[in-house]
Amino acid sequence: MKDPRFAKLVLLINGVVPLGMLAWDAYNGQIGANPVNDAIHITGVMTLIFLSLTLAVTPVRKITGWNWLSHFRRMLGLFAFFYACVHFSFYFALQRSFSVTGVFEDTAKRPFIFFGMAALVLMIPLAITSTNGMIKWMGARKWKRLHQLIYLVAIAAAIHYWLNGKVVGLGQEVFAGIIAVLLASRIVLWQAAEMRKPRAIAET
Amino acid sequence: MSIGKPSRIPGSEITDERTYLNRRSFLRAGIVAASVTATGWIYRKINAPAMKSESFPPLADIVIPATQPTTRQSITGAQSTAGFTVDEPRTSFQDITHYNNFYEFSTDKESVADAASGFITHPWQVSVGGLCRKPRVFDLGDLLKIAPPEERVYRMRCVEAWSMVIPWDGFSLSRLLDRVEPLGDAKYVAFQTLLDPARMPNENSGILQWPYVEGLRMDEAMHPLTILASGIYGKQLPPQDGAPVRLVVPWKYGFKGIKSIVKIELRAQQPPTTWNIAAPDEYGFYASVNPKVDHPRWSQATEQRIGGDRRDTLMFNGYADEVASLYAGMDLRANF
Repeated sequence: MKDPRFAKLVLLINGVVPLGMLAWDAYNGQIGANPVNDAIHITGVMTLIFLSLTLAVTPVRKITGWNWLSHFRRMLGLFAFFYACVHFSFYFALQRSFSVTGVFEDTAKRPFIFFGMAALVLMIPLAITSTNGMIKWMGARKWKRLHQLIYLVAIAAAIHYWLNGKVVGLGQEVFAGIIAVLLASRIVLWQAAEMRKPRAIAET
Repeated sequence: MSIGKPSRIPGSEITDERTYLNRRSFLRAGIVAASVTATGWIYRKINAPAMKSESFPPLADIVIPATQPTTRQSITGAQSTAGFTVDEPRTSFQDITHYNNFYEFSTDKESVADAASGFITHPWQVSVGGLCRKPRVFDLGDLLKIAPPEERVYRMRCVEAWSMVIPWDGFSLSRLLDRVEPLGDAKYVAFQTLLDPARMPNENSGILQWPYVEGLRMDEAMHPLTILASGIYGKQLPPQDGAPVRLVVPWKYGFKGIKSIVKIELRAQQPPTTWNIAAPDEYGFYASVNPKVDHPRWSQATEQRIGGDRRDTLMFNGYADEVASLYAGMDLRANF
């Protein structure tokens, strides 16, 4: 990766392509018979895709040794947050007609909304502390700990999707599977790293 | 990267900086264009805009009810035509035929039309039996000759909180049931969809128990609003909407309207129903539209009208005057 700035620009452009295409389809009346539902669904799926990509960076980097991948992690995470916000806004505006109490009611009453809201809310501190300045200010250790919240975000998001339909379909299974594999890969990599550590303490 | 002997390259062959930069920006534009194309292609794969239209043969001799938009005071039993038509904008043929819940073909509402295209409905037989004096297996043609198709413009409220207004063509189910002469102890009617995974590919999946089965109480089945439909908009019922013949019960959630019926049986006991088997706490036997009784996972108070606005859901889907008496004294929260 000779020029990370250009690579990031490519990612930035590609990240807004889905939103652009959604807008284009909406403008042309081509999102289908139930545009509100479809727009909410598509942005939700985009969130899950970007969450999965964000979570994939570290294990793929460790396995392949492609360290340049870490250049993209922040932007991928921010895109996940961005699409989650769009997803929520559509729901809030078009399904709940800007009713704040309606959203609170839904969150309290309906588990699938609760998990969606939990995922969204937990992403807020991660987005806020995503800058270099914040990493410095918090200290790398603390920052890393905080950003492990993304594991909870991913689990909540997968449950949110799982509970949403009348039946659990392929889409739900695919994302639950991807997120499970990505989280499991961390345990495996962590254990492998533990085993490689010299047993200095035990020998003294 | 291996470093060769740079002095070998004559000065005249060194690319000048402007060309180099041009080439680089050209390459970069290429990378951006290629990646955007790839992303767009993936997006289209995930969200295919399936908008192929097919044409369906017209039905002959449809009776359009002469009733004015309902004068609801004078309901006189089986002669009543109240509720046969609704004065709301009709959902387009395109939307009715491209936004379907028909899990035998696909769980994706916008893919059903494509998956069901070419579904063969000839020959087709419907066996009508059980507790009746004259059980019979009808060839489709004979079944549809029982009564001329009437146009019935009904609201259709899906349990998923969206709705349509559909001009069905069909006749009251009571006309068929009268033919087979139900016995006195027939209290329920059970319905069954075709079971043929070769023709209904998603029946190979385990998402629901196949064949799809539904049921009505006898008085619900005999209600004039309850119809067997074989057309929409004066055209033969498209496969994705339940060809060749389906049930329509306008005051109940859409899943009660079982499609592609092959068997109707009169019974003494309440028959099992597919969605109730799949999730008994979410889908009841009655499944009457009720804005006050939420689905455990979402609200039923409002609905998205396809091609229209978000609106309040009406008790019994707006057919309370016609059907509320069927449920007098029943706890609709317990019998959801």
